Amino acid sequence: MTRGGFLDRLKTGLWKDNPGLVQLLGLCPLLAVTTSLVNGFGLGVATLLVLTVSNGLVSATRRWIRQEIRIPIYVLIIASLVTCVELIFEAWFPTLDRSLGIFIPLIVTNCAIVARAEVFASRNPVLPSLADGIGMGAGFAATLMALGAFRELIGQGSILSGLDMLTGGEPFAGLSLAHGGLLLAILPPGAFFSLGLAVAAKNAIDRRRRTSRSETMRPGFRRAA
Amino acid sequence: MKTGATLAVMAAICTALVAATHRITRERIAANRKAQLEQSLAPALSDLVYDSGVTESRLIIPPTDELPGAGPVVVYRVFAGDDPVAALFVVTARDGFSGPIRILVGASKDGSVTGVRILEHHETPGLGDKIDQKRSDWVYQFDGRSIGDPPAERWAIHEDGGDFDQLTGASITPRAVIKAIRDTLLYYDAHREEIFKLPATEDEEEDGQ
Repeated sequence: MTRGGFLDRLKTGLWKDNPGLVQLLGLCPLLAVTTSLVNGFGLGVATLLVLTVSNGLVSATRRWIRQEIRIPIYVLIIASLVTCVELIFEAWFPTLDRSLGIFIPLIVTNCAIVARAEVFASRNPVLPSLADGIGMGAGFAATLMALGAFRELIGQGSILSGLDMLTGGEPFAGLSLAHGGLLLAILPPGAFFSLGLAVAAKNAIDRRRRTSRSETMRPGFRRAA
Repeated sequence: MKTGATLAVMAAICTALVAATHRITRERIAANRKAQLEQSLAPALSDLVYDSGVTESRLIIPPTDELPGAGPVVVYRVFAGDDPVAALFVVTARDGFSGPIRILVGASKDGSVTGVRILEHHETPGLGDKIDQKRSDWVYQFDGRSIGDPPAERWAIHEDGGDFDQLTGASITPRAVIKAIRDTLLYYDAHREEIFKLPATEDEEEDGQ
C-alpha cells in the first residue's frame, strides 16, 4: 500500500466520509458522552482501537469466512475486542472508565464498526483495511472531541476538565474561561443542536470549496445570486 | 460442517484473547477497585483516629424497611484497637428526581455525622446536582449533626419546617437525601451495639454496583 493510499484513506475517514458527520453512524455514544473534551477523547480512542483491530482481523480472515456466517463472526470479533479494551481501560484509566460508564461496553453496538467490517475490511487486503480503521476511527474520535470541547465550552465555560482521568493525580477542574455557561449545551438536547451545527458547518465548508474550485476552473463563471 | 468448524475456531481464538487480557489486567483492576473504595470512604471519616483496614470490616445488612432503599446496605466499620470508632453506611435513596442516589453516611460511635458524600446520582445538572460535593457545599451542613440535633422531625429542608438548607429550583432531591440520612441515623441509633459486634460479611462476590 502506498503512502498516498494511506493518506487518502485517512482523509476519507477524517473528512469526506466522516462516520459521525457524514454517515451519521454511532450516534448514541456520540451524543451521550460528548459532555467534555476528555470524555470525547476517551471514547474516541477506545473506538479507534476497536475499529482498527477489528478491521485488521476481519480482513485477515476474509478468505476463510463464508458469506452465511460473516455477521456472527464480526460480532464475535468486535465483542471480544471491546471486552479487552474495557479491561485495559479499567486497569490503566479507572476514573475515565467510570466516567464513560456503559458507553465502553456499548462500543459493540456502534454500527460504524460493523459497517466498516462489512463494507471495507471484508473486501480489501489487510493494510488498506488497517488504514481504513485508523482513518474512520480518527474521524469518529475527532468528531467526539470537537463536540465534547464545544459543549463543555458553551455549557460550563471551561475546557479540559477531568484531565486527571488521563494523567492521574489530583482532580482537575479544567481551565475556566468564563464563569458558568449555557446549561442547555450539556443537557441531551444540546448534543443534538451541537451535532446539527457541526454537520451544517461541514456542509458549508464543502460547498464553499466546491464553488471556489469551479470558479478557478472556469474563469469568467459567475455564480447566479 | 466446515462452517461450524470455522465458527468454533474463531470463538476459541476470541476467547483466548479475552482470557489473556483478563489475566494481564486482573490484579491491577482489583487493586484499583480497592483503592477507589477506600478513597471514596476516607472523606466521611473526617479526622477520626483509626487503625483498622476500612474495607476488611465490611458488613452487609439484609434489606430492611428501617433503612432507605430496597436492597441490602453495606456498612464499613472502623476501629481503633478493639474499640469501635465509626460506621460508614452506603445507602440508596430511591425517591430522588431521576434514578437512585447512592449516599455515603459516616457516623461516629456517639451517633453524630462525621461526613456525608454523594457517591452516585443522576439529578438534573445545575439544579439537583448541587447535592454533589463537587458542585456545592451542601452536604457539609450535616457534619457533626445527629438525631436530637436537630430532633428527627426537623431533619427536613426549611420549606418543610426543618433545619436544613434547600437548593434553589430543586426540592425533591434534597428531601430524598435528607430523609435517607435521617433514616440511616435512626437505624444506627437503634442497632449500634449490634452493628459493631457482628462479624464481617465474607467476600463472596463483587456486588454488582
